[in-house]
Amino acid sequence: MNFGNEKMIDSGRRGWRRALPFLLPSLIGMVLFAYLPILISLFLSFTSWSGISRISLTHGFFKFVHENFLGLQNYQEIIRSSEFWTVLSHNFYFIVLYLPLMLVFSLTCAVIINSKTKGSGIYRVIFYIPVLTSWVAAALIWKWFLSFEYGPINNILSFFGIEGPLWLQSETLAMPSIVLASVWKDMGFYGMIFYGGLKGIDPTYYEAAQIDGASRKQLFFKVTLPMLSSVTFYVVMLSLINAFQLFPQVMVMAKDAGPNGATQVMVERIYKYAFRFGKMGYATAYSWILFVIIFFFTFIQKRIEKRWVNYDV
Amino acid sequence: MKRTIIVMVIVALLCSAGLMANGVSEGTPIVTLRFEQFSGTDSNDSGPALKEMIAAFEAKNPNIKVELQTIGYDDYFTQLQSKVVGGNASDVFELNFENFVSYASEGALADIDKMVGDTAGFNQTALGAFKYDGIQYGVPCSFSNVVLFYNKALFDKAGIAYPTDDWTWTDMEKAGKAIRALGNDIYGLYRPTTFHEFYKGVKQNGGALMTEDGKAFTMTLVQNVETLERMVGWQNDSNIMPTEAQMGGMGDWDLFKSGRLGMIVTGIWGFSDFTTGCSFDWDIIVEPGNTQHASHFFANGYVVSATSKHQKEAAMLASFLGGSREAAQIRVKANWELPPVNYEDILASYLQITPPENREAVFKSLDYLVTPPVVKQQAEMQDIIGGYLSQVVYKKMDAKSALEACQAELEAKITL
Repeated sequence: MNFGNEKMIDSGRRGWRRALPFLLPSLIGMVLFAYLPILISLFLSFTSWSGISRISLTHGFFKFVHENFLGLQNYQEIIRSSEFWTVLSHNFYFIVLYLPLMLVFSLTCAVIINSKTKGSGIYRVIFYIPVLTSWVAAALIWKWFLSFEYGPINNILSFFGIEGPLWLQSETLAMPSIVLASVWKDMGFYGMIFYGGLKGIDPTYYEAAQIDGASRKQLFFKVTLPMLSSVTFYVVMLSLINAFQLFPQVMVMAKDAGPNGATQVMVERIYKYAFRFGKMGYATAYSWILFVIIFFFTFIQKRIEKRWVNYDV
Repeated sequence: MKRTIIVMVIVALLCSAGLMANGVSEGTPIVTLRFEQFSGTDSNDSGPALKEMIAAFEAKNPNIKVELQTIGYDDYFTQLQSKVVGGNASDVFELNFENFVSYASEGALADIDKMVGDTAGFNQTALGAFKYDGIQYGVPCSFSNVVLFYNKALFDKAGIAYPTDDWTWTDMEKAGKAIRALGNDIYGLYRPTTFHEFYKGVKQNGGALMTEDGKAFTMTLVQNVETLERMVGWQNDSNIMPTEAQMGGMGDWDLFKSGRLGMIVTGIWGFSDFTTGCSFDWDIIVEPGNTQHASHFFANGYVVSATSKHQKEAAMLASFLGGSREAAQIRVKANWELPPVNYEDILASYLQITPPENREAVFKSLDYLVTPPVVKQQAEMQDIIGGYLSQVVYKKMDAKSALEACQAELEAKITL
């Protein structure tokens, strides 16, 4: 018995040794370009580094540490500033609007694609094109779409005698406008994930329910939705992480953080501090705080997962 | 056939090798300089003008070759920062006045004091702007100021006299109101409540954002509060200036070019665009002040990277493009801002180009130049001040309390 175990361990080790040369190229890449920069950014978040002066390990590193090490000061300053809480509230405002809309629209996309009607393949392409479009191009199109005077949306509204609002120039509508564009851009991607989930539902569930006399509405709410809960969980988690990292649409659609800073969000601040204000240390501390927030929400979601997610598909 | 081709190829290779050997033996080794900038773009005449200047430099210095790289302004500083930190900055690169101090103070620039040669041809105010701690870290390449542009057709239509160089805010407001009355979508003035306009505005009203020695902020001065109230009033009360909502996403220059704007305060870099884009007559005056004139000074400069291996050649290039007679001539011909030079004949030829008729206002404005406070945390300071100004524009705060809160935040965050 003992002998067998040793043999397994031995073959396991040998397996590793064999696999290592194959794993090394990507492992080295990951360590060099992902883990190491993450660690360095953690170190930098405790400093007052400008992001312009050069740091060298071999040349004047201790002098740099001596002159720039701040301990937790960056973190304290950020958390005490009213700006942090304002931008965080903008992030939450975006999420509260975006998440439910995105879920409804992406699920609708999935249902349309999954329906056996003629031409559902075309919808697949139509819904997915925005996903493939670069955010900069998409945001520019939306900027024009929502233009007060020249935008098609306001033109259509005026056709019905309604004076269209100022979308991106209004404090109250700037963020909802960005939500609108984001939902349009992302619904195809999450729709595809939902579509995969729909395909995975065993048709016998529907047959059984139909025999029991369930209506179409009941089929959707009592069979489809519960059976999609694991996919929904995945989509909510992924989109929440992405929503916290909201950035390109804000930068292009609402230049300089929107009217009176209405669309100023976390990553916009990180970018400004790092590349405009010459406060790279402060910016890295900001991004670590963002990481902790995202981690916290993902953790909470994981904890409550069992209460509503059904993996019995 | 095959053999003939092979023989021809061999002969061609030998010939080119011979030519190359000849070239190397004749001159000193070729130095290739990397040059990166944002202000000369191919979307107007400035890009071709810059290439012409580089060609003139290369013709004068056959052992130096220049590799030009142009990057859009929006991305320029992000990528520049990465390159400087990575030790891969171009030999010569462009910096605007606001960013110059940050880069100079961080040791990213080479001291080119002794390498630029004779600087007598430079405009000394502009040259002085690129000194830090008494050391010349760069040379100016362009030089511009801000004037008041006006649409003659709208003044005629409103039946009011054209502005003159001695106008004050009150005259400007009166004319603005008369033009605003011409139509619902016609506006009198465009002068937004931004950091730059506010900074200049307080100077025009005898105020200041900082003490003379630059050691303390003075945001709450009575003159500053007055200035802010008046500027915001142009937008929110008399509405001679369109609000952001009324602009509806339209650009300020586009509004002027559309013929629906009486006056706009903007830089002289607008000359070539307005010349081609306006279907009506326009002219300029020295920007009106309240108690005194004040005009913005903007300068971009070329600097040499501290990590460049060819600092001497790089300084020569920077100096040639910024201060040589040849480069200045090309710049004037392309209507590309004002060359930062002293050559009388070139400046005289600049004056002859019309429109505007009153091009002299550009030089008159130089007597009232003010530079924004330049501190190491320049961009952050502008962001803070801009944020509070916008609170007043959006009627969230009154001018006095906004400036008081701004003073407190500046004192807490900006090291002077």
